[in-house]
Amino acid sequence: MEQGTIKMEHGSGGKLSKALMEEVILPAYGNPVLNEMHDGASVSTAGNKVAFTTDSYVVKPLFFAGGNIGKLAVCGTVNDLAMTGSVPRYLSVGMILEEGFPIADLRRIVETMCQTAKEAGVMIVTGDTKVVNKGAGDGIYINTAGIGDIIEGTNISPKRVQPGQDVILSGYIGDHATAIMAGRHELVLPTSIQSDCAPLNGLVKEMLTAVPQIAVLRDPTRGGVAATLNEIAEQSGTGILLEEDTIPVRPEVDAVCEILGFDPLYLANEGKLLAFVDAKYSGKLLEIMHKHEFGKDARIIGKVTADAVGQVGMRTSIGGIRIVDMPIGGQIPRIC
Amino acid sequence: MCLAVPAKIIDKKDQLAVVELSGVRRDVSLLLLPEAEVGDFVLIHAGFAMQIIDQEEAEKTNELLKEMNGLA
Amino acid sequence: MLEAKQDTKKIASFLLQEIDRLITKPVRLMEVCGTHTVAIFRAGIRQVLPTQVELVSGPGCPVCVTADEYMDMAIAYAKRQDVILATFGDMLKVPGSTSSLGEAKANGADIRIVYSPLESLEIAANHPDKNVIFLAVGFETTAPTAAATVLSAAEKKLKNFFVLSAHKLVPPALKTLLVDPEVKVDGFILPGHVCAITGEEPFQFLPEQYHMPAVVAGFEPLDILQTVYLLAKQIHDGRTSVENEYKRIVKKNGNPVARQMLAEVYEPADAIWRGIGLIPNSGLRVNERYQSFDAQVALPIEVEKTVKQTACRCGQVLRGLIKPTECRLFGKACLPEHPVGACMVSVEGSCAAWYKYGSGRYQYGTGNN
Repeated sequence: MEQGTIKMEHGSGGKLSKALMEEVILPAYGNPVLNEMHDGASVSTAGNKVAFTTDSYVVKPLFFAGGNIGKLAVCGTVNDLAMTGSVPRYLSVGMILEEGFPIADLRRIVETMCQTAKEAGVMIVTGDTKVVNKGAGDGIYINTAGIGDIIEGTNISPKRVQPGQDVILSGYIGDHATAIMAGRHELVLPTSIQSDCAPLNGLVKEMLTAVPQIAVLRDPTRGGVAATLNEIAEQSGTGILLEEDTIPVRPEVDAVCEILGFDPLYLANEGKLLAFVDAKYSGKLLEIMHKHEFGKDARIIGKVTADAVGQVGMRTSIGGIRIVDMPIGGQIPRIC
Repeated sequence: MCLAVPAKIIDKKDQLAVVELSGVRRDVSLLLLPEAEVGDFVLIHAGFAMQIIDQEEAEKTNELLKEMNGLA
Repeated sequence: MLEAKQDTKKIASFLLQEIDRLITKPVRLMEVCGTHTVAIFRAGIRQVLPTQVELVSGPGCPVCVTADEYMDMAIAYAKRQDVILATFGDMLKVPGSTSSLGEAKANGADIRIVYSPLESLEIAANHPDKNVIFLAVGFETTAPTAAATVLSAAEKKLKNFFVLSAHKLVPPALKTLLVDPEVKVDGFILPGHVCAITGEEPFQFLPEQYHMPAVVAGFEPLDILQTVYLLAKQIHDGRTSVENEYKRIVKKNGNPVARQMLAEVYEPADAIWRGIGLIPNSGLRVNERYQSFDAQVALPIEVEKTVKQTACRCGQVLRGLIKPTECRLFGKACLPEHPVGACMVSVEGSCAAWYKYGSGRYQYGTGNN
């Protein structure tokens, strides 16, 4: 099955489906639980409170600098579990393959998923694979769902966001969105631009162990930092005021934004997080974050205010204030 | 109606130049600025080089602003 | 890097102090470039300017002033099976009388977003069986790029590439504003990149005929503040002239090669500006020599005439007569997600920028405002 492409029969539950599992998927991320190949997995969790999440992945291109759809699919769900204040434990993987999809590509994707799952310390315990007619899909769609053990003593909730708290961002924004734009509109990106896709549960565990009082954690994916902060401002009934000079953006990402007319605050990230915490804990939290690979560029980017409730504002480089509003759709290149 | 960015010409072949801004590269047309040369900083708009950036003037503006600030 | 940022704040502070000192009664300055509208909002300039200086947005958004008729024609072309429409992203959400290009695209029309008009030449070369029509929108900054593209198409002997021109010229629009007794403006922030092409000469009529202070402005926050400062000095000193704040880009004579290409491919034509009406010789159409590249000539199309009745006040906003907040549709029936007039559609339209970046001064009560 090294060469070849996906056929409808790979999805019909018979010999070819079995062969696909045994020759491509299990060798990639198989483990004692998954290998049982039962309808569902029977697993144990640490206690009563469990975090549960799901996400679907339809990114194009499938392979990009710094990762592929498989890595995204594992990190996305791992990170959502982490943002919920839990230790991610088990994942399910559902795939919808299009007839004609190269099996070699599938192999690369599932192997990456295995690597990423190992890095994150999670197990893929159950899954499903379907095949649709050519034209009815788009190469591959992946859904992952996951459960994690809520960390004792934590209480992540937007309701706990209070005026006076600091808003901390874990690092450079816009890397992922820029990496997947490579080649569009004839832009040639330097190799220094890679998707920041990464499992953040290790970092989050250290943060919550040191500062269990963290009010909210959230990862700014679609819609970027702007969308995430607007959601939190609305859900918590507070305002947020950012400082433009503190927002970390790589020069290459800035360059792409200037050329196409994009705003980095609206670009998707796949390996960053925002944390809201009482100012008295910020120093300690940043110290912990700086020691970690995925938090080394963390900094305070703003504060929660009692003013302008539900809105996100930003003090600009000349001391003015602009609104950072909720995006409507994705950004499109403009010349005006 | 004027979104344009400064970039440096790092290569030129006939009416086509390769420009670079912070490591990001793109081909741009020199049809509107045939006199531009490798090493020039140019203003890029919609895939065209529109005007050569006068580095001296750019410096002068900076200096003037700093000077004014000194007076404040 | 931090040092540079501290410098910016100090310089800004100095300029603002000076502006406050120089302007002793209310003045209204008009910026006529959509990109300036956005730059001003993104820098939060209205927030820091002394209250006696009011910045007003004029008709500088070529997307905003594009008439319904043009959009309807573009949509009609896009729906044809033999057409691929190539357009700047800005045009996608602009409303026509009943629909938009975005809607047409969602319903299957082949519409491609390009960053450069040259990309549409490639599309034409790759699809010899289709007619590729490029929506040539924009002022004097962008029109030369479309002209150069037409010349390139002629050189390549492409038979399936066309432009649908809605190009407009800035000076005639300013003249029209200035003869309107309702319009009260004390000075102009001139569009730096338009001037990079035209040079300063086409704007000399502002001080010479209308005693208007005018400054050619760049787009960084300090460029804009310095421009307001230079205008404030002119107003204070009682003199008027066209000054150039953007010397690093704008040469007195602009870009003659670009202007030559415009003259080669285009000729002036009357144009309808949304919200203002017909302004003579304020637009560009493809001239006879290149008419085989003019979509309207080579691929004539019938478009149903519909007249929209709305309470939209884009026209008055564009002329700087009212602020977006004074239109009763603003923020209610007219929002970025469902715009009524084009001022709300374009990222840089006055109403969209006002809505998106905030209607001027904020109530961040405590601390430095």
